[in-house]
Amino acid sequence: MSLDKDTVRKVASLARIKMSDEELDKYGPQLNNIIGFVEQLAEVDTDNVEPLPSPVDIALRLREDVVNDGGCAEDVLANAPEEMEDFYVVPKVVE
Amino acid sequence: MTELTHMTVAQALKGLENKDFSAVELTQAHIDAMANYRHLNAFIVETPDLAMDQAKASDERRAKGEAGALDGIPLAIKDLFCTKGVQTTASSKILEGFVPRYDSTVTARLFRDGAVMLGKTALDEFAMGSSNTTSYFGNVINPWKRSDGSNADLVPGGSSGGSSAALAARICMGATGTDTGGSIRQPASFCGITGIKPTYGRCSRWGVVAFASSLDQPGIFGRSVEDTAIMLKSMSGFDPKDSTSADRDVPDWAGQLGGDLKGMKIGIPKEYRMDGMPEEIEKLWQQGIAWAKESGAEIVDVSLPHTKYALPTYYIIAPAEASSNLARYDGVRYGLRVEGQDLTDTYESTRAEGFGDEVKRRIMIGTYVLSAGYYDAYYIKAQKVRRLILQDFEKAYEQCDALLTPTAPSAAFAIGENEDDPIKMYLNDVFTVPASLAGLPGMSVPAGLSADGLPLGLQIIGKAWDELTVLKVGQAIERAANFSALPEMVTKKAA
Repeated sequence: MSLDKDTVRKVASLARIKMSDEELDKYGPQLNNIIGFVEQLAEVDTDNVEPLPSPVDIALRLREDVVNDGGCAEDVLANAPEEMEDFYVVPKVVE
Repeated sequence: MTELTHMTVAQALKGLENKDFSAVELTQAHIDAMANYRHLNAFIVETPDLAMDQAKASDERRAKGEAGALDGIPLAIKDLFCTKGVQTTASSKILEGFVPRYDSTVTARLFRDGAVMLGKTALDEFAMGSSNTTSYFGNVINPWKRSDGSNADLVPGGSSGGSSAALAARICMGATGTDTGGSIRQPASFCGITGIKPTYGRCSRWGVVAFASSLDQPGIFGRSVEDTAIMLKSMSGFDPKDSTSADRDVPDWAGQLGGDLKGMKIGIPKEYRMDGMPEEIEKLWQQGIAWAKESGAEIVDVSLPHTKYALPTYYIIAPAEASSNLARYDGVRYGLRVEGQDLTDTYESTRAEGFGDEVKRRIMIGTYVLSAGYYDAYYIKAQKVRRLILQDFEKAYEQCDALLTPTAPSAAFAIGENEDDPIKMYLNDVFTVPASLAGLPGMSVPAGLSADGLPLGLQIIGKAWDELTVLKVGQAIERAANFSALPEMVTKKAA
């Protein structure tokens, strides 16, 4: 599998990273190199092997359904690039 | 004050208790060292005022008989741990200026036990790297130099390279790290110090900037195995705020050290004997095996047949999880924002300017392997091989109690080396990544010097939740190796 320039452009777009043509040309071969490296996994026989999502066997816990956090809008917004009246401010999204 | 910066944590705690010196004196000596070695660029933010306040409070607690397990011990904190009121960046431009309103669970526990924070140490951006050359805030320089007189600046390893360099330069008495694929063990080896990554789930990940959540695990650098045992106890334990935190008792590891290895079986995995491995690494490994035998251990040959697939597995799983974790950097809630023409353009411009090259590469790889049509071929396949790697270890542990291997395939290299090809850089972690994928505890202990005078470490890998055996074997190696070499810049200062 080889990633052509259009695929790299699509991946950059999915990853929400703006890239110039020169950057696509730079990253393309590097990504191909890495994908080529990881493709050696194809030779491993994994029939009847269950995927392992987490290395240790810890079951997800349920907690009591109570309010135990919150009411700290000031803390939450303290690092926002732009905020107003307890809201984040973003560029206009609805015309 | 030189001697104050050359003690172990265990010795310093005794000295504080005996009133040989105060926490204020101890902290001041390290603040001075931090200023002396600023050219190493180990710290992104120094917090001397906070450290002195904490030291004063520590002396007051001790005077009242209320001292905690680490009271008055000056530590460096990797800049991946959120620290209340102190900038936390993950060495990324995208988080420059981010000041958390809370402490990570690990730092909160260290402070609960009285630890003093000297500052936040540099790392590879978002902990992605093995050299500390991907930080937005500049390269960290290893205090060690080659003995050939070349004077080339060497990397401290990575990603926790600021922490390892600071400890090796005697700036701090211990330093936190995180290990995703070797980010504690490899820099420990490169800097001639001890570092342990406990079992996945032992230390809470809450408040640690996420890289690859199924692999990330906090750990600690120390000047001795005993020191790491003391500090690890403070950091460890169940945390309901981390869904993969283990609800298990934390043993008193330090109190159980000191014995020999009689009755213990140490496995030597044949697959770790790699083609092209430098002879001095092989020699050191054989020396380590001999030391384990002398301490009473029985040596067992074991096989981990899927070892060669660990790196390719890691370079699917880690970028996949990273691409998902790093989606949060959107220029809206915290960190950098670069205004665009619309919201999408703002996201894309912010992330283009905020992330460095290696982070972009890994996000792109992760996005690709998770994208429609490739998910099964790459991500699920990697998770299946990950299980085979775990099963390799489980089978090996039917025959032995711990494994002994080299930590890294080389000593520290010069800044700029290995940068032409990302995969060459990735090979640094060839011996550390398998244990990370299996979630197992691993430790690096300094064991000798390379031909050009640089430290080399040996790695001990244990069974899940059996840090005690790892520490015991580590201490046996430590005692036999009697590694006392110091970077020349440190011995010169002391003279």
